[in-house]
Amino acid sequence: MEEQDKLLHEVTQREYQFGFYSDIETEIIDKGLNEEVIRIISAKKNEPEFMLEFRLNAYRRWLKMDMPDWAYLKIPPIDFQAISYYAAPKKKPQYDSLDEVDPELLETFNKLGIPLEEQKHLAGVAVDAVIDSVSVKTTFKETLAEKGIIFCSFSEALQEHPDLVKKYIGMAVPVGDNYFAALNSAVFSDGSFCYIPKGVRCPMELSTYFRINAANTGQFERTLIIADEDSYVSYLEGCTAPMRDENQLHAAVVEIIALDRAEVKYSTVQNWYPGDKEGKGGIYNFVTKRGICRGVSSKISWTQVETGSAITWKYPSCILMGDNSVGEFYSVALTNHHQQADTGTKMIHIGKNTKSTIVSKGISAGVSDNSYRGLVKVLPGAINSRNFSQCDSLLMGDKCGAHTFPYIEVGNKSSIVEHEATTSKIGEDQIFYCNQRGISTEDAIGMIVNGYAREVLNKLPMEFAVEAQKLLAISLEGSVG
Amino acid sequence: MSVTTDNNDLSLRMAGHFRDIEPGLAKGSPEILNTHRKKAFRDFVAQGIPTRKSENYKYTNLQPAFSREYQFLHEKTEKEFHLEEVFKCDVPQLDTHLVTILNGWFYQEADIKGILPENVILESLEKVAVMKPELLKVHYGQLADTEADPMVALNTAFARDGYFLRVPKNTKVESPIQIISLLQSDCDTYVTQRNLIVVEPGAEVTLILCDHTLNLHNYLSNSVTEIFVGENAVVNYYTVQNQHNNATAVNSVYVHQEQNSQANTNTITLHGGLVRNNLKVILAGENGEANVYGMAFLDRKQHVDNFTQLVHAMPHCQSNQLYKHILDDESTGAFSGRINVKRDAQKTNAFQRNNNLLLTDKAQMQTKPQLIIEADDVKCSHGATIGQIDEDALFYLRSRGIEEKQARLMMMNAFSYEVVQNIKVEPLRDRIDELIEKRLRGDVARCHECAYQCDC
Repeated sequence: MEEQDKLLHEVTQREYQFGFYSDIETEIIDKGLNEEVIRIISAKKNEPEFMLEFRLNAYRRWLKMDMPDWAYLKIPPIDFQAISYYAAPKKKPQYDSLDEVDPELLETFNKLGIPLEEQKHLAGVAVDAVIDSVSVKTTFKETLAEKGIIFCSFSEALQEHPDLVKKYIGMAVPVGDNYFAALNSAVFSDGSFCYIPKGVRCPMELSTYFRINAANTGQFERTLIIADEDSYVSYLEGCTAPMRDENQLHAAVVEIIALDRAEVKYSTVQNWYPGDKEGKGGIYNFVTKRGICRGVSSKISWTQVETGSAITWKYPSCILMGDNSVGEFYSVALTNHHQQADTGTKMIHIGKNTKSTIVSKGISAGVSDNSYRGLVKVLPGAINSRNFSQCDSLLMGDKCGAHTFPYIEVGNKSSIVEHEATTSKIGEDQIFYCNQRGISTEDAIGMIVNGYAREVLNKLPMEFAVEAQKLLAISLEGSVG
Repeated sequence: MSVTTDNNDLSLRMAGHFRDIEPGLAKGSPEILNTHRKKAFRDFVAQGIPTRKSENYKYTNLQPAFSREYQFLHEKTEKEFHLEEVFKCDVPQLDTHLVTILNGWFYQEADIKGILPENVILESLEKVAVMKPELLKVHYGQLADTEADPMVALNTAFARDGYFLRVPKNTKVESPIQIISLLQSDCDTYVTQRNLIVVEPGAEVTLILCDHTLNLHNYLSNSVTEIFVGENAVVNYYTVQNQHNNATAVNSVYVHQEQNSQANTNTITLHGGLVRNNLKVILAGENGEANVYGMAFLDRKQHVDNFTQLVHAMPHCQSNQLYKHILDDESTGAFSGRINVKRDAQKTNAFQRNNNLLLTDKAQMQTKPQLIIEADDVKCSHGATIGQIDEDALFYLRSRGIEEKQARLMMMNAFSYEVVQNIKVEPLRDRIDELIEKRLRGDVARCHECAYQCDC
């Protein structure tokens, strides 16, 4: 406990600690977006023909779409022609050992605390590090390969397992799904690919670290996870970006496919640069995440801690197709200063006896706006389905907003759906209690918030839970009073 | 919220009709109504007939209703019969001041001036607009925002008549005022009704609104009511909807409350083809209280959509919302309730609950309870459930020797009574309770004492 307090104290003194910028030589293509750019990206990555078709199809659809405006967000106009759609560390060639990796890059990852180096292998996490949307290094590959697990960068998967990619890409998130998914499908540069074969329980946590480094680039990565019958995998995702005055765009797609009795646990700690106290700069985070429980008794669980980004627009969803399948969503979203978040989930019940749980904890401070938006849809055939949703909001300060927009649609009589939401602020009496026991107001708030979010933090793997706690404290710094 | 127009043809047809009749409308109606027409029409053209792509009409599809050919009634027609003969209110022992609206036009059956307290005005809106425009000037069109809802825009563009009620300062109207809106025509008809209620400080009034259709033609009625509740005033506003399966009704009610005022609304939908009830309450003074209740009991392919917004603009106000739906056969229901606490509206208590019972596998319910909170010292909550009767409670009753069918009835009755009990006019409350019980039991096949069997 004492150590934890020290940790909290330490981190509350800091501002955004990942705001450094690494001077790595980057290869950037010219700004702008047209079919030619897409062909260049595809050619640079030496992609098979079907991929180029996929991209062009997505691009043509994107042209016909309008930017969505239904979210409770104020999104400044984005000039999609002022963004470079491909930025990669120049020294791209394959590395056989870490010694060959650009020292600057290694230094970057050291600062991020990503266990890339050999000794950190003991930490037992296999990492695929993505910098400016190009996968730099995947650790533990051989160990995983023994079990038949494929865990590599998306580009590598396209070269080595095109059939798998072709079969599953766009299954959960079709190219024309929404504006940002279409954009991503057209221009995505890299990402992670993961395949767990039948009956395999992945022995370690798989992890991706995303970092935007170059200026004026957008990051568009794509993750595809396929869990074959009776398999299990726990997947972690973390993100950071340097501090910059301009806003940067991040539009990612994550697709999860779970077959019979497979289980996938996907955890995110999102800590993109949120902009400064005046709301200048920061990342625009428009992410489409969706999992399909295709098989019977399959399970997909999303856990997210969202503390970064100037704008967050993100709805990790589950399509519960298989009978008895289970979907879960646990979220802590924290906004401070001028941040805006509109996040939540969709649970589409299609199979019989499907179950879903939604626990969302929103915390807003400063002059930020934090919204929960979720859909629970029970189709007529999804008999005996069950959903429970709980959305709590905590307000800190009288200038912030907390909003709840649940959509509930039920099409049969045997299903039971419950939703409840509360909005409150931290009680004066709670703070007073801590104060009179010698705990400063700032520390007290940190404690109370961590307690409030515990239900969700408990769902995170150990390493992430510690980081998430730190993040919550950092992001709240200065919101007292 | 923006409304996408991909139903251009229908919207254009409506717009074309407006252009055709505009000169006639302007000539025939008072200035105060005309001044709002142009802007309202522009707003309608900008938005078009709402489609399901529009966030506010996501769960109600008005396209089929608008794609029919309708007769428009832009002129008042002479009534060929005595309304008392064709329609009789079947609530026993209900002593009210009765006024009738036929197809959106105000008809006064008997002289009610003597019965109502002095200075209370209950008149045709058009007549008041001509005789005493100063009464309307401050209030007309102030609440009904034509930019926010195309149906309101359409109503404002076409508005000719409806009722106007003014209760002067510190006047208490003892017995309720009953307004019966009837739809009767010899062909499919589009009806526009525009109402305005001004309750001055310290006054108190109870209104009972009854909506009925008298024959089986297709009707599309679009009504807008603006209610101003002054300081310390109390308004009870009860709506009972009983229309047939071919009727489409869009009712928009706006309530504006001053300091220490109280507004209680209760919307009971017993029958109706497609019903959309918009209700927006703005608590614009401190210590205001709004109690908003609603219940719908639907069967066959009927559809009801209760769309409420409660705006807490000032501190220390309280609001309660409770909506219940019982859906049988293939009926569909929707509820969209929003609590919006504005910045600085501290010490707000706002509660909302929506419970729904689905009786068959083909019935569908969609609910969208929303909270938009911008102040921090508030107590707000919402809850929504969709499901069936609590099996544990059922078991409890059965273990005490009550047979299952009876137990189920008791539970359903109790379910709806939570809303019905809030009606303060006793004869009306008893009557509605009785009707619901009969419906639940299956005694009354469909509509109560209905001359025509609309099994369509």
